[in-house]
Amino acid sequence: MAAQNESGGNLSAVLSPEEQAGKDRFDAIIAEDSRIEPRDWMPEAYRKSLTRQISQHAHSEIIGMQPEANWITRAPSLKRKAILMAKVQDEAGHGLYLYSAAETLGTPRDVLNEQLLSGRAKYSSIFNYPARSWADMGAIGWLVDGAAIANQVPLCRASYGPYGRAMVRVCKEESFHQRQGFEILLELAQGTEAQKKMAQDAINRFYAPALMMFGPPDGDSPNSKQSMEWRVKRFSNDELRQRFVGMIAEQVKVLGLTLPDPGLHFDEESGKWIHKELDWEELTEVISGNGPVNSQRLERRREAHAEGAWVREAAAAYAAKMARKTEVA
Amino acid sequence: MSAHDIDHSLDSFGDTSASATRVTPGNALRPEDIAIQQTAPGEDVAQYALRLGDDALILAQRLSTWISRGPELEEDIALGNIALDQLGHARSFLSYAALAWDKTEDDLAYFREEEEFTALHIVQQPNGHFGTTIARQLIVSIFQHLLYTRLLDSSDETIAAICAKAVKEVDYHRDHAIQWTLRLGLGTEESAAKMRHALEILWPYVAEMFKDEPLYDALGDAGVRPSTLRAAWDEEITAVLSDAGLEIPKTGSAMSFGRQGEPSEYMGFILAEMQVLARKHPGASW
Repeated sequence: MAAQNESGGNLSAVLSPEEQAGKDRFDAIIAEDSRIEPRDWMPEAYRKSLTRQISQHAHSEIIGMQPEANWITRAPSLKRKAILMAKVQDEAGHGLYLYSAAETLGTPRDVLNEQLLSGRAKYSSIFNYPARSWADMGAIGWLVDGAAIANQVPLCRASYGPYGRAMVRVCKEESFHQRQGFEILLELAQGTEAQKKMAQDAINRFYAPALMMFGPPDGDSPNSKQSMEWRVKRFSNDELRQRFVGMIAEQVKVLGLTLPDPGLHFDEESGKWIHKELDWEELTEVISGNGPVNSQRLERRREAHAEGAWVREAAAAYAAKMARKTEVA
Repeated sequence: MSAHDIDHSLDSFGDTSASATRVTPGNALRPEDIAIQQTAPGEDVAQYALRLGDDALILAQRLSTWISRGPELEEDIALGNIALDQLGHARSFLSYAALAWDKTEDDLAYFREEEEFTALHIVQQPNGHFGTTIARQLIVSIFQHLLYTRLLDSSDETIAAICAKAVKEVDYHRDHAIQWTLRLGLGTEESAAKMRHALEILWPYVAEMFKDEPLYDALGDAGVRPSTLRAAWDEEITAVLSDAGLEIPKTGSAMSFGRQGEPSEYMGFILAEMQVLARKHPGASW
């Protein structure tokens, strides 16, 4: 792979003295587990890989607003409506910090946005599942944001400075999001039979997709090794999945509900949680665009972008006029 | 980072202070505080709080649908924030009104019929395109800013306290609407034409904002006669529109009586969506 060639020895022979000095410094920073900053020399493959990862993360926040925005107008109490609005707004904010972090690597936000709209860029597969019931607001908060936290907490120490710093703030807000999701489910679980059923149904639908958010099993995750060497990723997909499933196995008891995985147990001998086999073909299908609502999610983004074109043009024209006015004055 | 550290980080699960949008302690009167306060308003003040609450609630409901549909990510956040502020004001006013009738904010929001709502027609108008929403915001936020500023001196302490928080937020809404009116009015030919059209279709609902009703005779210093805000509102909006190269439309006034329980045709759809889940599960707690 290109990534390995560039960070390995094959190309070092053709590096200029300046580049060689930059590379030595980069290697030293990585070795001492310190931070790479935007002006530092970095291998092209590092830049490319980080741009891809950070922008995918930003896209996930933006697309991830949709399933929840879907319920703002129907939230069943004014307090829940306020909390949900604040949460979806936080997600737009996360998208903004992350696009800004990605921009420090040299790719402007409109280019990244174009990659999303054209379908070339990926985002988290979980948002291609529909949010059909109010309880899904609970399951998304508890399971989806919970899995996101497990994934993202280690990223607060990612070797790329702007990414790590963005993640610190994102993680703080995500913990509030997970709490509100759990609270929604707790309230439903202690409510009427219909509410309890709604909560269990949401957990049943989101459990497996949430476990798949950590990515394919370690053996099938080609990018992980390089990412770990660069100290972006700190734990393997399976390690993170283990932490997460162990956590929710305990929390679901507080809810008095169940995970749709009767065989789930902690195996003392291996020290691992044994969960059901996940349907990796389903993940592949969803990632390649065939999830329940992939088409709908992208189209909503395209529509908003197209309908807003005249507004952005007006804002740009106004800014240009004001700039000319200042020059003349 | 060790596995232990991850565990530790997940301990913050349960941290209510972690949201960027949290209410800072001691900063403001919260709807929850109003709901448990000992003094209920009299019937007239309750009716007044209901009107202010209904306007804010319906506007919040309308604005909230911009979230994830804005022309820029920044506008998803800005309009979402304005919607959230309006919802906060609505919750405070409705919680206060509800005390008079031994009800809750949710009883009032979710279990009243169309003709029991008292919202002005201007806030019921659809979002339209971004320019329509900005025109509606300009009209309403200048009005609310003038009104809440005067209500800081309301003889009703709760109304004054709610407005003390609300006026600062509405001042920002007004600034947002003015900045966008300038950009759209002076931006491109297309944006100016869209703004002109938006103002024309909304202007018929301006007059209703300033109509006095018998309620104000009974309210005394607790309320503000809306007719007394008109001159200041005219002056302010005329100046903004003039700076933006726009004009006050020559359209007349619609016969709209939202305050008297005659909602627009839109109201049925707004409530059908807003109330559907709560009404499917009467008595349930969320």
